Amino acid sequence: MRNVFLFLKRYSVFIFFLVLQGLALSMLFSYNRFHQTAYGMFSNEVAGNLNKRVNKVESFFTLSEQNQALRKQNAVLLSYLPSGSVIPETSFQLVADTIAVDSLKSYRQYQYFDAKIISNSVFLQQNHIVLHRGSAQGIVPNMAVVGTDGLIGTVISVSENMSVVMSLLHRQSKVIAVLKKGSGLGEVSWDGKDPRFLLLSKIPKTIVVKKGDTVVSSPYSDKFPPGLPIGYVEKIDQDQETNTYKLKVRTAVDFYAVQHAYIVKNLLQDEMDRLKSTVIKE
Amino acid sequence: MSLLFKNIIRFALILFIQIFVLNRIPPLHQFIVPYFYFVFILWLPFKIGRTVLLFIGFAVGMVTDMFFKTPGLHAAACVLIAYVRPFLINLLLPKEATDWGNEEPAKKTMGAVPYGTYLVILTLLHHFYLILLEWMQFGSFLYFIGKLVATSLVSLLLIMITDLFLNRKSKLR
Repeated sequence: MRNVFLFLKRYSVFIFFLVLQGLALSMLFSYNRFHQTAYGMFSNEVAGNLNKRVNKVESFFTLSEQNQALRKQNAVLLSYLPSGSVIPETSFQLVADTIAVDSLKSYRQYQYFDAKIISNSVFLQQNHIVLHRGSAQGIVPNMAVVGTDGLIGTVISVSENMSVVMSLLHRQSKVIAVLKKGSGLGEVSWDGKDPRFLLLSKIPKTIVVKKGDTVVSSPYSDKFPPGLPIGYVEKIDQDQETNTYKLKVRTAVDFYAVQHAYIVKNLLQDEMDRLKSTVIKE
Repeated sequence: MSLLFKNIIRFALILFIQIFVLNRIPPLHQFIVPYFYFVFILWLPFKIGRTVLLFIGFAVGMVTDMFFKTPGLHAAACVLIAYVRPFLINLLLPKEATDWGNEEPAKKTMGAVPYGTYLVILTLLHHFYLILLEWMQFGSFLYFIGKLVATSLVSLLLIMITDLFLNRKSKLR
């Protein structure tokens, strides 16, 4: 017994070292489970508050670019206003409406929340974006995040007033995408090399792809609204081993300069999840 | 007390530079990530106890991780260099480290060659461990070697530049 204590005393520093190493490594490798809890909440709020202060100064310098982007988007939105189009004259026609329910009436599937980006990185292998909007403002994990120009990423962690987004520039990010012109279901990922380019794989060679083609989010995704631009094809490579292309895609969003984002809530998400779970059970 | 205060200020400054200056630099290449924050552990005074040093290393790593959003990654690397540091100092310096009091590792107190060796070994060790952990999650061997060399060179360059600018006083008086 005495020897045990002697051993412990002699190697106390080494044991302390091992304990701290173990603590750090266990945190690293059980990332998803752990960061939902205390550490994630605490660090999001603390780091987020500091980031917010610095961002206040920083955003001042990009005001004109932000203005321009918003004006451009405004112009697009204005063209959708009813006052912009003319309804054809139908008052002299007599139409008997036989349908009791208005079957053409649309209902809303996506709700957009405005959010300010307070921290962003492009140079790491796992890039995250922090938004100033959290659970208190109705954000839950797994919501889509889009910018004025296109898709940005997915919310992965939420604290009271902040939320962390896995950006498209993340080694583990995978988004289902289609080509706007010729469909063809593919997968957008990032190889960690250049923050200006993404990779689109799994597009079969039977589809004709040209440089400059738009890559948009797929209609089969339950997270992202369909048809959002992800990027534009920059370089076309034939994958020798498989029957698919390897496409280099220029990001639609300028990740270096992005300042504002919209968080997208799918209002039918619950219904879809419920339906899916009944199928999987069987 | 003044020593503690000085180091707290220094830590805040180094962290600020790492997060809000170095992390905001547009990336030159996939391999080049300017890491600088760990220099805080290298510049701690000689007389700090080993257990305390380990704890400081862990704390520094965790605070950095809060901003990098990688819980545990930088903490693990910092704890490793905090553990190796006393051994290395005993190896490089003729005197017992406890005799050095409040002095801290610098060109003046250690001499140019031992100080250079000290920086190179600990920088390489820190980056080796950090990038090894990253490599285990994704990446190839070329990625590992390339990033280790490029990142270490950039870090050493940053530390050298800082040493030229700051004439760190060897004694606190």
